[in-house]
Amino acid sequence: MSASSTAPAPVELERPDAEEDVRADRPWLAIVWNDPINLMSYVTYVFQAVFGYGKPKAEKLMLDVHHKGRAVVANGTREEMERDVEILHSYGLWATVRRDD
Amino acid sequence: MSDVKKTRQGIRVRLEAEETALVRALMEQMLTLLGDAPGADDELASLGIAENATTPEDPVLARLFPDAYRDDGEAAGEFRRYTEMGLRDGKREAASTVLGALQPARTETVLDEKQAQAWLRALNDVRLALGTRLEIGEEWYEEASRLDPRDPRAPMFAAYDWLTMLQESLVRVVW
Repeated sequence: MSASSTAPAPVELERPDAEEDVRADRPWLAIVWNDPINLMSYVTYVFQAVFGYGKPKAEKLMLDVHHKGRAVVANGTREEMERDVEILHSYGLWATVRRDD
Repeated sequence: MSDVKKTRQGIRVRLEAEETALVRALMEQMLTLLGDAPGADDELASLGIAENATTPEDPVLARLFPDAYRDDGEAAGEFRRYTEMGLRDGKREAASTVLGALQPARTETVLDEKQAQAWLRALNDVRLALGTRLEIGEEWYEEASRLDPRDPRAPMFAAYDWLTMLQESLVRVVW
């Protein structure tokens, strides 16, 4: 989830089905792929800088990318994921958008 | 040897004269590779929208501006049409920040946080370019150490190795 969408509006919290609604609304993923050039330290730094993730989460995602070849780094609307991927490209990470099946 | 340190004034980068020359040459090559910004008379371009939206044939450009959709050429093209010019501008700006901070005669420069971030991105772009040309793989280090020193790629491997060290020290300091 991107840093811009971490805080749900209070009105949503009062709705019992808010969580399901959010999921139905957020069927797109941003994926980062492993490559042999980007440094592990740099990739972790980028995850923290772009998404505001804490170091443990950023490191875990980086290791997922490294060992599994890719990792889902954010989910949200298609527009949000395209925006995130554009920012990741600005940092030189190999990122793609995909619909969540 | 290069030296990167956090000081009260900011992030201090000390380079040897030939290291300064190398970084400058690589940033200038990056600017050439990225090409000129489009003229103001191009209406679509002035809005940041490109007419051409195909994946670059040059593997380095294809790596710097990867397809955002793996199995949907149309969506990848649309994404490229609306983002690639802005991304090119950003990469140009980062390379220019490095060139601006690193005047030919200077071997020491102090960066604020924003400049240091631009340096990180610019160094990474140059490593992506060199690494893609060298077809760097996970085992590149062993491959490079077995290379005949007379191999024309040897200086490129050495530059890549050195840039990796410089970027690593800068990440550690900025982080």
